[in-house]
Amino acid sequence: MPTEEHVLPDTALDVIAPACHDEEEYEMVYHKPTTMVNVAMHYCPGCAHSLVHKLIMEVVEEMDIQENTIGIAPVGCSVFAYEYMDIDMQEAAHGRACAVATGIKKLMPDKYVFTYQGDGDLAAIGIAETLHAINRGENILIVFMNNAVYGMTSGQMAPTTLAGMHTTTSPDGRDVSYYGAPIKVSELMANLPGAFYVSRQAVNSANAVRRTKKALQNAFKYQQLHKGTCLIEIIGNCPSNWKMTPVEASKFIDEEMVKTFPLGDIKVPKGV
Amino acid sequence: MTETKLMKGNEAMAEAAILAGCDAYFGYPITPQSEVLEYLAREMPKHNRIVMQAESEVASINMVYGAAGAGFRAMTSSSSPGISLMQEGISYIAGAELPCLIVNVNRAGPGLGTIQPGQGDYFQSVKGGGHGDYKMIVLAPASVQEMADFVYLGFDLADKYRNPVLMLSDGAIGQMMEKVQFKPYTRPAVDKSWATTGKPKTRNRNYITSLFIQPERMEQHNLKLEEKFKKIRENEVRFEEINTADAEYLFVAYGLSARICQKAMDIARDKGIKIGLLRPITLYPYPYKRLEELAAQVKMMLSVELNSGQMVEDVRLAVNGKVPVEFYGRMGGMMPTPEEIVHHLETLIQYHHAN
Ligand SMILES: Cc1ncc(C[n+]2csc(CCOP(=O)(O)OP(=O)(O)O)c2C)c(N)n1
Ligand code: SF4
Ligand SMILES: [Mg+2]
Repeated sequence: MPTEEHVLPDTALDVIAPACHDEEEYEMVYHKPTTMVNVAMHYCPGCAHSLVHKLIMEVVEEMDIQENTIGIAPVGCSVFAYEYMDIDMQEAAHGRACAVATGIKKLMPDKYVFTYQGDGDLAAIGIAETLHAINRGENILIVFMNNAVYGMTSGQMAPTTLAGMHTTTSPDGRDVSYYGAPIKVSELMANLPGAFYVSRQAVNSANAVRRTKKALQNAFKYQQLHKGTCLIEIIGNCPSNWKMTPVEASKFIDEEMVKTFPLGDIKVPKGV
Repeated sequence: MTETKLMKGNEAMAEAAILAGCDAYFGYPITPQSEVLEYLAREMPKHNRIVMQAESEVASINMVYGAAGAGFRAMTSSSSPGISLMQEGISYIAGAELPCLIVNVNRAGPGLGTIQPGQGDYFQSVKGGGHGDYKMIVLAPASVQEMADFVYLGFDLADKYRNPVLMLSDGAIGQMMEKVQFKPYTRPAVDKSWATTGKPKTRNRNYITSLFIQPERMEQHNLKLEEKFKKIRENEVRFEEINTADAEYLFVAYGLSARICQKAMDIARDKGIKIGLLRPITLYPYPYKRLEELAAQVKMMLSVELNSGQMVEDVRLAVNGKVPVEFYGRMGGMMPTPEEIVHHLETLIQYHHAN
């Protein structure tokens, strides 16, 4: 239950009023969506989670569906998503977001339901729930934040960790002969008939952000039309555990991540 | 007049779920309770309710979480191995204070065990099978009629306390056919303004969570839960007593073993042994107080269970050494005959008399 006493831990949470310092000379060109709670997020500087939160909430604001949208937060760095998104939300157990979403959506088929999940959450512990929800064509949106590591637990190998990539549990680099190759979740899931729209995007440049936003808009629109499951994979980052600056992380995405996880639409509905 | 029907326990439970206004059932096949999913797969759509065969019990319980969090009456059922798989989800449900009904048609274990009835899941059910400090209200039916009645009761208690309720049945009661009546039922009005139904402009957002990362807040939440469990212990203890008025000895047994003890009691009484039966109906909260009172009256208690001796620990806790508390049980899906129990009782009486 959201109560006054329920505040966020650990990080100092200063309420930041959107301020334009010199309103005479400057024109306000961007504001945080009104569908977001006006607090500072706990994410590391440069982390893609905060940006993707905002993109989703921008779409909710633009479509004016705040009243009809229910989100499911995962276990991962975005576990506190419900502290930031000003909509009704449920916190799922690790990996079970798609089962929780199914429980909600089956009973409220006209509400917009989305899950927000990391790669450990979705592709390791929760792959069964994810696959079956998609196979059933649950009319939900799955936002899949792939940063190739377990961010929250400090950078262990994920199912999506690149071949040869160093993590705390693959200190010599991911050995595919031992752990298998990184799972291409979107390609895998696109094979299921229940998957209506599958797209892999990134948020490491202005253009990439625009494309991600467009993909999210499409997904919400398809949900409105009761089309089936939409899966938007977003190549995120984890500067802290990749041990890179945010700029280096952005470069790493363009130079390395996209080789394994090529960007673009993977399954596009015809004639919609 | 309410019509009397002849039904299997599992089917009576399923029918009661429909009559109780269960909005959604999520389940996964497992013997000896697959009839529940089969029955509801056939019947729920006729009432425009949701029924779903999930990909696993892990999924079922998390679907229940989602539906219950959205304010709906949701339920799942399974048998022992499936209930083990649900424990994480149950802990989350208890932590997030969601009302729902879970039914365990107990089979004998451990491991894959056997599909025959057992009571080996007592500890798991009443002591908190999942992680963390939480309790479920646990109802133990001893007849097909009670399997139906406890669905209404279970949902109502779940709503009243915003807590998961477990019905702990077993493979025999689930499978046997008996007469059952479905009494008229009206669902009490409950406030579910906490549910995630979509946030209108007029209220703050609702969220369902069991996460309180600051220790101070987590402890506050724990204390709030404890307060609730205390209320449950004060208000919801249920049990049945037979022949206790003049009893010198006492059987303590629940569910199927209570049924067998009833027969054993008749045989023993014919032999002149003044024995009564206390049958806990709620296994949590447990009738400690009544057992403590009876300890001042009887010379010995005998806990009869289909396990290696689990509930007997609670009987001993209640009696606190005042009188001997003995145990008799069979395992592996084997059931004691009433004669076998009486024989054991007689041996114990002689032993305690001599000592
Ligand atoms: C059942 C269970 N196992 C393990 C954990 C510990 N855990 C928390 S988050 C996490 C991994 C999260 O990684 P990911 O889903 O990729 O999210 P990210 O933090 O990278 O965004 C793990 C293993 C848990 N909370 N529950
Ligand atoms: S640990 Fe990684 S994923 Fe988590 S907030 Fe920091 S940068 Fe983002
Ligand atoms: Mg990750």
